[in-house]
Amino acid sequence: MVGDSPLLQVEKLAFSYGQGRVLDGIDLAVRRGERVALLGRNGSGKSTFLSLLAGTLHPAQGRIRFQGEDLNQMVARVRARQIAMVPQTLPIPFAFTLREWISLGRTPYLSTLRGEREEDRAAVRLAMGLAQVTELADRLVGEVSGGERQRAALAMALAQEPKLLLLDEATAHLDLHHQVGLLGLVQRLNQERGLTVIAAIHDMNLAALWFDRLVLLHEGRVYADGPPAEVLRPAVLEPVFECRVEVLRHPTEGVPLVALRRMKDEE
Amino acid sequence: MEIRTEKEGTAIPDPTPDGARQAGSRRRPFAGARRLPLGFILALLAVLLVLSMAVAVAVGSAQLSTADVFRMLLNRAGLTRFPTTWEPHEEQILFALRFPRVVAAAIVGGCLASAGVLLQGLLRNPMADPYVVGASGGAALGAVLGSLLGSRVAFLGFGAVPVLAFVGAVGAVALVANLASVGGRLPIVTVLLAGFAVSTLLGYTVSLLLVIDARLQLQLPRIYGWLLGGISVANWTEVSLIGALALATFCGALALGRSLNAFSLGEEGAARLGVAVERDKRWILAVSALLTACAVSISGLIGFVGLVVPHVTRLACGPDHRRLLPAATLAGAVFLVLADLGARTMVSPVELPVGILTAFLGGPVFLVLLRRARRDYQW
Repeated sequence: MVGDSPLLQVEKLAFSYGQGRVLDGIDLAVRRGERVALLGRNGSGKSTFLSLLAGTLHPAQGRIRFQGEDLNQMVARVRARQIAMVPQTLPIPFAFTLREWISLGRTPYLSTLRGEREEDRAAVRLAMGLAQVTELADRLVGEVSGGERQRAALAMALAQEPKLLLLDEATAHLDLHHQVGLLGLVQRLNQERGLTVIAAIHDMNLAALWFDRLVLLHEGRVYADGPPAEVLRPAVLEPVFECRVEVLRHPTEGVPLVALRRMKDEE
Repeated sequence: MEIRTEKEGTAIPDPTPDGARQAGSRRRPFAGARRLPLGFILALLAVLLVLSMAVAVAVGSAQLSTADVFRMLLNRAGLTRFPTTWEPHEEQILFALRFPRVVAAAIVGGCLASAGVLLQGLLRNPMADPYVVGASGGAALGAVLGSLLGSRVAFLGFGAVPVLAFVGAVGAVALVANLASVGGRLPIVTVLLAGFAVSTLLGYTVSLLLVIDARLQLQLPRIYGWLLGGISVANWTEVSLIGALALATFCGALALGRSLNAFSLGEEGAARLGVAVERDKRWILAVSALLTACAVSISGLIGFVGLVVPHVTRLACGPDHRRLLPAATLAGAVFLVLADLGARTMVSPVELPVGILTAFLGGPVFLVLLRRARRDYQW
């Protein structure tokens, strides 16, 4: 189901930390139900871009429209019901159980004094089911494995009942098994529930397998934008990453497979 | 083991078993936690509070018979009409001396524990107690200046010491918040550092005053006793005023429970959940400063209550601040009523500063918690 107007419309977005300009005029439109991977070198502004979308940073210039509305004019609680993010790691200073921790995702729906209502508990149950952590509900967050904790973080984001899910290197610390598990889960949520996903991701082969649109950020701008076969080409990747690559074809999935080559002087 | 996926009904392998869980073999096989219902915890603590207050009122250096005490209480409450078998001065001791003191101990304990919960939650630091952001230094300086003014000044029935201790505690936290503020933001680490510096500076200012001022040296035992902590209320007016202020502030604290929970995800995490981070940080600081000021104004600097009570309560009812705040407040009240009872009676007729007792009770409890946790302390 694709609406007429894009879910997210980013226009000439710019942001600097002090003197260093990280984003320098990003233009991007994301439609409902898209699954977008953000690629780029370290410091290319992927995380900054996601923080701007999540509303924890404010743009220096340009505008982000979400469902036609200026994101920075939105009330924070209203925004948090539309956009959720799974970061690389979350601090866990307290001995929360997974259920309690995931329930934090309901924060934007809670009134000041009243506790969770039945609809909040239902949303948490659904989120735990979708992220496959229901059986761990009474375990302490500090005592589950890294992969389980990331699924719980995904469940917390899903408890926000967002329309747009942001992943900031959410699989970076996970082993292959959990990377595949988490990205597969995100793909299912996208396909079955129409959840729009934007994920910053380093691993181009993961991106090619689980995302149908890749956006490559370079020097603060969108350098390439398209399906994996268009973006994952030596002519695009080599100048950005300054290394030699071979692009093969995935033997079973058919998507591009990026293989590194050693530099001449290392041989 | 397999998990059926919701829609297709296809089976996918259970992704749970992995190295991390097997490596944790030293831990209990099923870690996790079951939480008791909040209503049960609060009811239990309320009963404990009433019982401990009844005992504390009945026991003291003047020997009142327990039966008489209960008859007097029930008569005063208008529930019974026992004939007066006791001396009038006994009724005086009970209602004008012990009762306000016991109520004051409960208020102080509740204030310190709830302020501790607020600051540990805000700072995400298990070492935080109500004094960590400067309140103790400010209160001490206020109390010492109050001692200099002596009985010449009074405000709403309060002497100069409690009033200036209150003002000092709130003022010091306000100063810390001002110093730590960077471009409209209040970075947590800066707050901690500024709190430490201001506290230390004010503490040494107190020391300096005590060394150079002859009038203060005459009052040294009294001031030292204040710094160690001891419940001192002159009358019901003081108790009820402080009690009303504390109760109103505590209601404000309850309204911050949702934000405190979100703060456990860090400030960015809280912001992503729609919390107005900077605004709520200031509210939490202000509310905890007021609660601490209520406590120190009538008790001096009682340590360990605001540190240990939140930790112990968290073990019993979990880290959800909406549960933790009321439970820790009641637990703090029970703890301090009993500690004050001990301080009054252990080496009677000499009265120990209750702060010494809370340290001797709270310190070992804290150490036991640390030892039990072994690997890393999950607070």
